[in-house]
Amino acid sequence: MSNFEIVKREDFSDVTYLLEVRHPLMAKAAKPGQFVIVMLNEHGERVPLTIADYDRDKGTVTLVIQAVGKTTRQMQQQCKVGTSLYGLVGPMGIPTPDSHAKKVVCVGGGLGVAPVYPQARALKESGAYVIGVIGFRTKDLVFWEDKFRAICDELIICSDDGSVGLHGRVTAGIEQAIKKHPDIDEVVAIGPPIMMKSCAETTRPYKIKTMVSLNPIMVDGTGMCGGCRVKIGDQVKFACVDGPDFDGHLVDFDDLMTRLRRYTKEERMALDHWEKGCRMQKSIDKAVDAAKTK
Amino acid sequence: MREQDPAVRARNFEEVACGYHPDDAMRESERCLFCPDQPCVSGCPVGINIPGFIRKINEKDIRGAYDILTETSLLPAICGRVCPQENQCEGVCTVGQTLEAVAIGRLERFVGDTAIREGWANIPYIEPNHFKVGIVGSGPAGMACAADMAKAGCDVTVYEAFHQAGGVLKYGIPDFRLPNPVIDAEINNLRKLGVKFECNTLVGRLFTLEQMISEMGYDAVFVGVGAGYPTMLGIPGDSLNGVLSANELLTRCNLMRAKEFPNFDTPQPIGKRVAVVGAGNTAMDAMRVSLRLGAEKVYCIYRRSHKEAPARAEEIHHAEEEGVEFHWLTNPVSILDDGNGNVMGMRCVRMELGEPDASGRRRPVPVPGSEFDFECDLVVYAIGTNANPIMGQTCKLRLNKWGYIDTDENLATSMAGVFAGGDIVTGAATVIEAMGAGRRAAGSMKAYLGIRDTNRPYRTAGDTLFGIDTSERNFARIRA
Ligand SMILES: Cc1cc2nc3c(=O)[nH]c(=O)nc-3n(C[C@H](O)[C@H](O)[C@H](O)COP(=O)(O)OP(=O)(O)OC[C@H]3O[C@@H](n4cnc5c(N)ncnc54)[C@H](O)[C@@H]3O)c2cc1C
Ligand code: FES
Repeated sequence: MSNFEIVKREDFSDVTYLLEVRHPLMAKAAKPGQFVIVMLNEHGERVPLTIADYDRDKGTVTLVIQAVGKTTRQMQQQCKVGTSLYGLVGPMGIPTPDSHAKKVVCVGGGLGVAPVYPQARALKESGAYVIGVIGFRTKDLVFWEDKFRAICDELIICSDDGSVGLHGRVTAGIEQAIKKHPDIDEVVAIGPPIMMKSCAETTRPYKIKTMVSLNPIMVDGTGMCGGCRVKIGDQVKFACVDGPDFDGHLVDFDDLMTRLRRYTKEERMALDHWEKGCRMQKSIDKAVDAAKTK
Repeated sequence: MREQDPAVRARNFEEVACGYHPDDAMRESERCLFCPDQPCVSGCPVGINIPGFIRKINEKDIRGAYDILTETSLLPAICGRVCPQENQCEGVCTVGQTLEAVAIGRLERFVGDTAIREGWANIPYIEPNHFKVGIVGSGPAGMACAADMAKAGCDVTVYEAFHQAGGVLKYGIPDFRLPNPVIDAEINNLRKLGVKFECNTLVGRLFTLEQMISEMGYDAVFVGVGAGYPTMLGIPGDSLNGVLSANELLTRCNLMRAKEFPNFDTPQPIGKRVAVVGAGNTAMDAMRVSLRLGAEKVYCIYRRSHKEAPARAEEIHHAEEEGVEFHWLTNPVSILDDGNGNVMGMRCVRMELGEPDASGRRRPVPVPGSEFDFECDLVVYAIGTNANPIMGQTCKLRLNKWGYIDTDENLATSMAGVFAGGDIVTGAATVIEAMGAGRRAAGSMKAYLGIRDTNRPYRTAGDTLFGIDTSERNFARIRA
C-alpha cells in the first residue's frame, strides 16, 4: 500500500487540525477504539494516532491531530489537500468490544475529544443513552460540538477558564452526570494521561466501570518491540496489540507518565533542529524573492 | 577473509567481514575434498549441492556456481552471511575433522555478492496460471515461498506490516552484518519474478485471512509473520526508563535509522554503560550496535556458560574482539532506580550449572549470597520472544499451547488453503530454516493447487477415474 492522499483538511485552532485521508480498505475495516501509525516521509518517525472517524462510502479515515512535537508540527505545515503521507498502517489494536451498557458517559479532553467520538457513536447505535463530556482549555478551541450533539442524548462542555459551558475540568462534568443519573453503568475516557487518571479516580468511589485508551510511545505497533508496554494491575501488557483500551481502575498511570518522558530531551532536539531548518529555508526564500524582484 | 580492525569497526556501521577476493575464494575452494558421502549436504537444512557449487568456483565458473546455489537457496548473499554454519554444513565437513572446515558460508557469500555485482538473476520462463497466492510477512520465510510460487506461474502478492520489506533481515540484523543493499538486491530479484510487495498492510486488522480466501480471491495463502513479541524478565525495575527490548533498540537503529538522529526523526536511547541480557544472535547484535552508538562499556549478562550460548560462534568472537565484557553464569535480580524512574544499575546473582533440564542443557542455579551490584544506564533484554498475537486475535487458525500456529508436517494449517512457516510455527529459529519452511510450504501449496512440478517425477496414486488422476486437483479447480 502506498499513496495515502489527503482529501480534506480543517483547522480547528492554531494547534488542532483534521486530516481526512483516502484509504478505502481501512475505512471498511476500522472500528471504534482502533488507531493508525503514520509516517510523514521517508525520514519520519512512526506516529500513532487514534482514528477519529471513518467514512465507508467515501473510503476515507479521519485523524485529528494536535501540533505538539516535531512531526505533528511538520505535518501541520506540509499536509495540504492533494499531498500524500509516506506511510499509513492500520487499523491497529483491539476494537472496543461491544458494550451492553445502557447509560454511558463518554469523556474527551483536549486531544481525546476526537477519538472518543467513534466510541460514543457506536454506543449510541447499540442503543445506549449517551452523555458526552468534552473539555477544552477555552472557548476558541471548541470543535465538533455539532457532531457530538447529533449523537449524544446530553452534552456537557467544560472549559478550564469558564469561557464556555461548565467552568472546570471534565471530572466536574462527570460528577455532574453521575449526580443526575445514578444508574450510569460505564464511563469511557480519552485524553492526556493525567486527565484519564483523574477520571478513573473520580469514578472509582462509585465503582463505575471506566475504560481508557492509552497512548504510550510506540515504534512498530505490531507487538514486536515492547516499547509500548504498560502496567495493568499486576500484569505487563503491550498497548498496541493487547489494547489500547484498558480498565482505567487497573492502569498504573504514574508508570505511563514516567515512560512517556523517555525521549523528552531528544524530542526537544528534533524540534529545534527542524525549526532551525525552517528558519533557514525562510531566509533563503526571502533572499531568492528579493533577488527576483531586483 | 579480511575483516575490519576491531578497534575501528566497533565505532562504525560498515560491514565487518569484507568478503573474499576471487583469489581467496579459489584457494579456499581447493581445500574441498569432494568426498563421496557429502556430509555437508545433509548438514544443510535445505540440502544445497555444496560440493557442486564449490567445484564450479574451482573451475572459475562463478556463474555456474550461482546457478547451482540458486537451485536450492534463493538468498545466497544473505545465508552466506547469517547461517550458523558451524552447526550445519561446516560442522560436519570432513576436512574439519582434522583441519579447519572448508569456509562454505564465505564461499556462498562470495558467489551471492558476485551475482549482485554482476546483476545476475535466474529468471526462468514463467508460464502464468490462473492462481492467486497471498503471502503474509516479508521475512525470509515469506520471500522464499513467494519466489517458488511465482516461478510456478502464480500471481503472488506479499503483504508486509512495516513500511519496508525484509522482516528481521531489515529491522533486526544490523548493517555491519548484513548491509541493506544486499537485502534490497534479493527483494528486487523477487520483483523481477513478478512478485508484488504491498507494505503498510497489517493483515488480520486491515483484512483477515478469511477475507483473503473468501472475498479477495486468493487460492492459497502463506503466513510467515515471525515470532515478534519480546519477553521481559519480570523482575523489579522492568519498566524503568532505560530498559528496553533488543527488538526495540535494533528496530530504531536499523529500520528507522535512529543512529542518524536528528536527520531521521526517530530517537535512539543511548547508554554509556549498557548491559545486555542474553547471549543469542539478537543479544550480540544489540551489544555491537550499542558500541557503535558510542557506549563506553558493554556487558553481556548470561545465566549459563559460554558453551551454552546460542549465538553463532563468529558473532561471539567478533563481540569479544570489539571489547564486549562477558559475564557468564550471571543472572539479573533487579534493575536499580536512580529515584527519577531511570536505570542506575543492576543487581545480579552468580549462577552455577546443575542437572540437565528438558532442553538437555545443564540448568543454571543461583549461588546463595552471591548478589552484587554494578553501574549501568541502559539495560537491553534479548531473552527471546513469544508468538505474535495478531493472527490468533483475528482469525480462526488453530494455535498450539504457546500461541504458535499449528501445522501438519506439510505446513498446512487448520484452514484449507492456508499454510504457515518460519518463526511463527517453530518459535525463534534461523534465517535458513525459515527459508526452508517457506519452500516446503510452497511445495505443499503447489500440491494443494494441483500445480505439477516439472522437475519432479510425477507418480499417480493409482486411483484414476475414467483415466483421469483424481489427485490432480487442477482438474477440479478450473473455475467457471
Ligand atoms: C537481531 C536478530 C538477529 C538474528 N541473527 C540471525 C543470524 O545471524 N542467523 C540466523 O540464521 N538467524 C538469525 N536470526 C533469526 C532469524 O532472523 C529469524 O529466524 C528469521 O528471520 C525468521 O523469518 P520469518 O520469515 O519467519 O519471520 P520474520 O523475519 O520475523 O518476518 C516476519 C515479517 O512479517 C511481518 N508481519 C508480522 N505480522 C504481520 C501481519 N499481521 N501482517 C503483515 N505482516 C506482518 C513482520 O513485520 C515481519 O517483517 C536473528 C534474529 C534477530 C531478531
Ligand atoms: S509499539 Fe512495539 S510492541 Fe507495541
